[in-house]
Amino acid sequence: MKRPLTPPPNTPPRRKTPPPKLGNVWLSHQMSVFLASLGHLLRSPLASLMTTSVIGIALALPTGLYLLLENVRNLSYEWDSSVQISLFLKQEVDEAKAHILADQLLQRPEISNVQIITPVQALQEYRNLSGFGEALTALETNPLPFVLIVQLATNDTQAGSRLLEQLGKMPEVEVAQFDMLWLKRLFTMIEIIRRGVLILATLLSLAVLLVIGNTIRLAIYNRREEIEIYKLFGATNAFIRSPFLYLGFWYGLSGGAIAWGIVDLSFWLLQTPIKQLTALYHSQFQLVTLDLISTPILLLTSALLGITGAWLAVGRHLKEIQPS
Amino acid sequence: MIIFNEVSKRYPAGYEALKNVSFHLKPGEMAFLTGHSGAGKSTLLRLIALIERNSNGQIVVNGQHLGRLPTYRIPYLRRRIGMTFQDHRLLVDRTIFDNVALPLVVAGYRPQEIRRRVRAALDKVGLLTKEKNYPITLSGGQQQRVGIARAVVHKPAILLADEPTGNLDPSLAKETMQLFAQFNQVGVTVLIASHALSLIKTLGYRTLMLQHGHLVGDTRISRPLR
Repeated sequence: MKRPLTPPPNTPPRRKTPPPKLGNVWLSHQMSVFLASLGHLLRSPLASLMTTSVIGIALALPTGLYLLLENVRNLSYEWDSSVQISLFLKQEVDEAKAHILADQLLQRPEISNVQIITPVQALQEYRNLSGFGEALTALETNPLPFVLIVQLATNDTQAGSRLLEQLGKMPEVEVAQFDMLWLKRLFTMIEIIRRGVLILATLLSLAVLLVIGNTIRLAIYNRREEIEIYKLFGATNAFIRSPFLYLGFWYGLSGGAIAWGIVDLSFWLLQTPIKQLTALYHSQFQLVTLDLISTPILLLTSALLGITGAWLAVGRHLKEIQPS
Repeated sequence: MIIFNEVSKRYPAGYEALKNVSFHLKPGEMAFLTGHSGAGKSTLLRLIALIERNSNGQIVVNGQHLGRLPTYRIPYLRRRIGMTFQDHRLLVDRTIFDNVALPLVVAGYRPQEIRRRVRAALDKVGLLTKEKNYPITLSGGQQQRVGIARAVVHKPAILLADEPTGNLDPSLAKETMQLFAQFNQVGVTVLIASHALSLIKTLGYRTLMLQHGHLVGDTRISRPLR
């Protein structure tokens, strides 16, 4: 199709140029710059992939640690809600006596449930789970006592401690102990680790800022000539800034996507052993992974980091470039 | 349109590129700026476009005192000026069309308007058929004309040209100068820095002569050759 030729600009050029800046013109320009910056990223796929991988790994580390921590916390909450006491009975206590004791204990209001584990059951479980099955067959007699698992009706730790003390003094009882005491220690430790992860996340976010800032700085210097020409023809700083901010956005977003991939893959690899582990504790544990809420948060954070890093670099280096 | 009043430009090292230069270029006037290399021609053009700021004196461009113009206003001053450069300064990774469209894109024109104006400008310099080419495929003279199209596409009030005939053969140089004269005829104020003295003489326009930073000659010829 032939394009209609427009006549040469014969009109006096000193007439007032119409102010062409309208919202939708600006928007469509921004849109094209936005997409062009993605094209810029895709034009050198290997270099872009390396940069985004660095960003992705740096973001995957705190994200993965955070998820791990969330999982441990979930686990401990689940266990924490069911405080129980194990009563290891003396060797001479036989099955009948153990049942009588269990019935007596059930009468007490602060106890909700009592479970008897016979030496045979205990040995069987130990054999299955400990990995010492072979060694245990060497035993001639079963060395394990009867054990009563006492489920407390209350979550009050003081009441629990009083009960533990009382039960420990009973004549049939060899040892009485809280099953989940270590969990309480773990719980306080998690709080410490959580802060560590927070510090790590902050430092790595800073690293991502620097990586993106440095990448954008290089991009600016590579397009120095272009920037100078744009400035010679009246481009404002905002005009020159926007493609680099978009570039930062794309770097951040793709870095976030890579981080998501790394974390998802890692948790997929961990899933089977974790299932085996939680099965040991008869737990209904559900592995927390990146879901519909945390995934957008991860991507949004990384994109914001990208824009911020670009903004820092652009602010610093764009002023330096003046046409000569 | 362009007023220089006792303008000096001193560089930090102490070198003085321009010394007390005064002249007045009226709206719609066309003039040549000549002198040996290093006489201060390029510096003078750069002061007008605020690529550099003068050390002393006053410059008024398009009614604006450049000394009082804040940095953030510089882009808007440059949008009323068209510039061509000796080394063309085209973007090698963009088509001719995109190169010429640059001043319009910067100023936020609509795509249809950009297409119309770029084609008109390219038609004017006789390169309409080359709009999809890249600068590298064009000859030096053609690249210079692309630069001219880019300098006039946004219909600036002032056209500044730095050595537009630098490495063109005489007949091409003359054609290029005549192109500038055509823009001047439609009202653009034109200032051309050039050391092609013999060519300038045959054209018969006002000529400002610089020597070691001093304005040593301002000859006005009564009858410009058309």
